[in-house]
Amino acid sequence: MFDLIGISPQALFGQLLLGLINGAFYAMLSLGLAVIFGMLNVINFTHGAQYMMGAFAAWLLLGLLGIPFWVSLVLAPIIVGAFGVLLERLMLKRLYHLDHLYGFLLTFGLALVIEGSFQWKWGSSGAPYENPIPGGVNLGFMFMPYYRGFVVVAAAVICLATWYGIERTRLGGYLRAATENPTLVRAFGINVPRLITLTYGLGVGLAALAGVLAAPIQQVSALMGTNIVLVVFAVVVIGGMGSIMGSIVTGFGLGLVEGFTKVCYPPASNTVIFVVMALVLLIKPAGLFGQTK
Amino acid sequence: MNNRILIALLVAVVALAAPWIFYPVFLMKALCFALFACAFNLLLGYAGLMSFGHAMFFGMAAYFFGHTVKVWDWPVEFGLVAGVLGAAALGLVTGALAIRRQGIYFAMITLAFAQMVYFLCVQMPFTGGEDGLQGIPRKPLLFGLIPTENDYGLYYVVLAIFLFGYAAIYRFIHSPFGQVLKAIRDNEQRALSLGYEADRYKLLAFVLSAAVAGLAGATKAMVVHFATLTDVSAGTSGEVVLMALIGGLGTITGPVIGAFVVIAMQDYLAFVGQLVLVIQGVIFVVIVLGARRGLVGELSAWWKARRRPG
Repeated sequence: MFDLIGISPQALFGQLLLGLINGAFYAMLSLGLAVIFGMLNVINFTHGAQYMMGAFAAWLLLGLLGIPFWVSLVLAPIIVGAFGVLLERLMLKRLYHLDHLYGFLLTFGLALVIEGSFQWKWGSSGAPYENPIPGGVNLGFMFMPYYRGFVVVAAAVICLATWYGIERTRLGGYLRAATENPTLVRAFGINVPRLITLTYGLGVGLAALAGVLAAPIQQVSALMGTNIVLVVFAVVVIGGMGSIMGSIVTGFGLGLVEGFTKVCYPPASNTVIFVVMALVLLIKPAGLFGQTK
Repeated sequence: MNNRILIALLVAVVALAAPWIFYPVFLMKALCFALFACAFNLLLGYAGLMSFGHAMFFGMAAYFFGHTVKVWDWPVEFGLVAGVLGAAALGLVTGALAIRRQGIYFAMITLAFAQMVYFLCVQMPFTGGEDGLQGIPRKPLLFGLIPTENDYGLYYVVLAIFLFGYAAIYRFIHSPFGQVLKAIRDNEQRALSLGYEADRYKLLAFVLSAAVAGLAGATKAMVVHFATLTDVSAGTSGEVVLMALIGGLGTITGPVIGAFVVIAMQDYLAFVGQLVLVIQGVIFVVIVLGARRGLVGELSAWWKARRRPG
């Protein structure tokens, strides 16, 4: 079969694995965006910058304090999440009564400030981060580096845990209720503003976690988040932000589509997700998992 | 009323004398971006649609202009028309898709399409990739009647193009069509129930805005002799939003003032390098949090408040 389409299985599976890894990042980032949008009604443009901050936090923790990757995996999201909480308390909360566009503009400006400052301090060329699990295994049809396998599994676990937390636990129940009708939930004695702050911290933490996972694969650089956040916006438009599971499935799926395109027609691999977005807009404008409103 | 004529006269004198006071290339660049910002603002202020990907029209028109004038050796006039028509065609395709979603999704979709256009520009041979399209010649206009080699001569051409674009937008806003557009912006359901096909109006506004943005982009390519990836990048899309925001979203003179502020900032703050982006970001944050009406909006509000008690 592989001879028929003229592609070696090594290349095909290798690219599909790369696609799956990209998809893992798309899923984690679009999940965070969806959670934040659901609760705050803000499209968090800073998401890419916060992803970058996660990677930088891990890199700095290692370089300055010698803190290993596995500890950073917990520590970096907490640090960046706390920064997110600060942003929400100081700035974002002033905009909830306004049009969504202002939240978008504010977070766009914040992204410029954060990325510009990091670029100014550390330059735009990246710094490498040492692979915590070197080596790999030959699966027969392809070579699988341990760390890449770990990223895919970890991202899937994180996504499912987030889904479980929001859809199946009591706190998640409050969250969903507050998304539907904040005034009513408040009347039941639940501190909705605190819930909102918490949600933003959680979404930002997810972005940072994705950044830490990305650090050993990509170079840690000030601009590592600028392109991915634009792709993630397209992912969010394709999936629709109504469903948590929808974000996860769309993220992984589009990563695979991208990987597959890289095998079949490499020049289109940068643009294929945007083409899919155009098609989805034509056929199902509300997005694959979105509700028409 | 006398005051208005006086102000108009003053503006005319300043516009005509400006190249002898300021560096003409700076003024021409600022005028191009001012027209670009007006095009963006037309869509936001009068159709309620915020495009975060307007650089695709600006930048693509610059490429179309450069390619037709340099490679195909077309006259400048035809090059400008090619830029405008090309941008309008791109606006028709992307606009038809983008208006299928509203509000914040519209912003994200236009942003995504602009990114797609950016990637295409990186790969397509005719744009020159990372190098851009350089050495676009300046040719005399109108069968050689108007020389453009000289920056002072070209300034008046650019001023005329700006005024033409600005007048077109003004006519559009104050036509019955513009009124319908405002009605749709304020209450789409009501406009629909009155029998107006909202989507068709929005699409036309989108195409018009793309065309004027294209005129600005093509003119800019004429002024600076080159078209590069920067013109189609997300950074330029963000910059035009910043210009409109500084001047005042939805005001008719605001974007012009905002464009001059941003371009002056780039020119005079070039020595701080990357920090220009940080400064731009800070301005975004400050305006969104503290002065959402922008310079023109806040000033006119202050003026009105001052006059009321007296």
